[in-house]
Amino acid sequence: MRTIRIGSGAGYSGDRIEPAIELAEKGDIQYLVFECLGERTVALAQQARLRDPDSGFDPLLEARMRAVLPTCAAKGIKIVTNMGAANPWAAARKTADIARSLGLSKLKIAAVIGDDVLDACKARDLPLLEIDGTIKTLGNRIVSANAYLGAEPIAQALRGGADIVITGRASDPALFLAPMIDAFGWAMDDWAMLGRGTVAGHLLECAGQITGGYFADPGYKDVDGLARLGFPIGEVGEDGSLVVTKVAGSGGAVTARTCKEQLLYEVHDPTKYLQPDVVADFSQVSVEEIAPDRVRVSGGRGTQRPETLKVSVGYVDSYIGEGQMSYAGPGAVARGRLALDIVRERLQLIGVRASELRFDLIGVDALHGERLSQGHDPYEVRVRVTGRTENLAEAVRIGNEVETLYTNGPAGGGGAFKSARDVVAVASVLLPRELATPSVRFVEA
Amino acid sequence: MVKLREIAHSRTGDKGNTSNISVIAYDAQHYSVLLAQVTSARVKAHFADIVGGEVVRYELPNIAALNFVMEQTLGGGVTRSLALDAHGKSLSSALLDLEIELPPEHDR
Repeated sequence: MRTIRIGSGAGYSGDRIEPAIELAEKGDIQYLVFECLGERTVALAQQARLRDPDSGFDPLLEARMRAVLPTCAAKGIKIVTNMGAANPWAAARKTADIARSLGLSKLKIAAVIGDDVLDACKARDLPLLEIDGTIKTLGNRIVSANAYLGAEPIAQALRGGADIVITGRASDPALFLAPMIDAFGWAMDDWAMLGRGTVAGHLLECAGQITGGYFADPGYKDVDGLARLGFPIGEVGEDGSLVVTKVAGSGGAVTARTCKEQLLYEVHDPTKYLQPDVVADFSQVSVEEIAPDRVRVSGGRGTQRPETLKVSVGYVDSYIGEGQMSYAGPGAVARGRLALDIVRERLQLIGVRASELRFDLIGVDALHGERLSQGHDPYEVRVRVTGRTENLAEAVRIGNEVETLYTNGPAGGGGAFKSARDVVAVASVLLPRELATPSVRFVEA
Repeated sequence: MVKLREIAHSRTGDKGNTSNISVIAYDAQHYSVLLAQVTSARVKAHFADIVGGEVVRYELPNIAALNFVMEQTLGGGVTRSLALDAHGKSLSSALLDLEIELPPEHDR
């Protein structure tokens, strides 16, 4: 049976660089995938692109490409990534420049475009799924609307001879599914295979989260070598079978437990994992440790794909102001609480208009609230006040009131921090799939 | 009585304003204990101050795991939340604090 090995080189935009180099050099892989596009990253990138038409792609694109391109070109490892963000075509041209500057030639780079569906969304007033309202009620606060594209245009680019495929918004598992479709020629209505491939893609997409990252709990779940965590390799057979492994000697571990945790990560109904290409069913999946750092995953299923595509809509939501201050030693908690009371009263006195406010004591109750946070008083606490406002000037006033605790608040307050920022949030709409028309554009190095 | 942490591990994921928490038995023999005692009602009560919406439980006997989907949990959505942990990633640790009654025939 034919088998391919796919490496997962990044699990988010800021992820470590070296594990991907290790995969390229020692992983015996044919494909290297970088998943770098968070929920709202496209919206932020779109704002950047509006300021500069040649920008709008991932800021670490150059660092990652420089790190792996020489090895990938020498070994014929194909790269698939969503680092195109809001501007895949600019990212492809930039990558061609980087390849030339490294002395590499004859590399074929493809950009998948067409995920930008802002016009199609504006033309029909679709309801937002997570918040009240519709595309129309967002008015001029709307920044971007990008459909989660599937594996088809990526596979098309690979079949067209691309060495590197760069997308914008695409479903994360589809970045992995496309190499399987390319290698094995799976039909786009072979729901069983697409379902199995989606299980593999889902398990691999967060990189280190299946090799021992986001997992260790000393005394319960110990993991060695997290500072040099190895990223995962998926060995996928043409029948959709999967073994998850990593480079021998790298840090971390691939075990049944790491695979189970990642299987359910960000999953709602496990029988209906909605993707652009298939509805995958994770409910019958089993995992089996067949050797150290080798886990066989089986039992993934799939049924017919949905008629709609999920679209991520970025919009300017609000502004957030924040301030922090630390207190230590005997009475730290009491002084921290006094500080919070003072800021609460100050914000009222000076009339800061905030639609929502939070008063937290970091070290005491900031993460889960008072009721769940019973325990001993800590040695030090950190006051944190945040509020949502309608404009930046108003947000600035919140942090200022925490900072003035220095000379006006309880004894011994130190380490003030303040910030104010605009909030680009995302919500979703469902778009009839025929309204998104992806295409592929090539550039050669 | 033992803490849930003694018999299960857990991971939190986020999508919009919804959090999901997996609870996975270390040993498959404890899956029935999870089924009986880690109910959606109990999880909702544990997170009463945090979860604003429904808690739905999904069962995965093949991997001896439960998956809890908790709506209206992440401060209006990960991308706009005022919370220190906007993703709610630390919620799994709070859930492992639940008290579990181990039937006598079960060892840790």
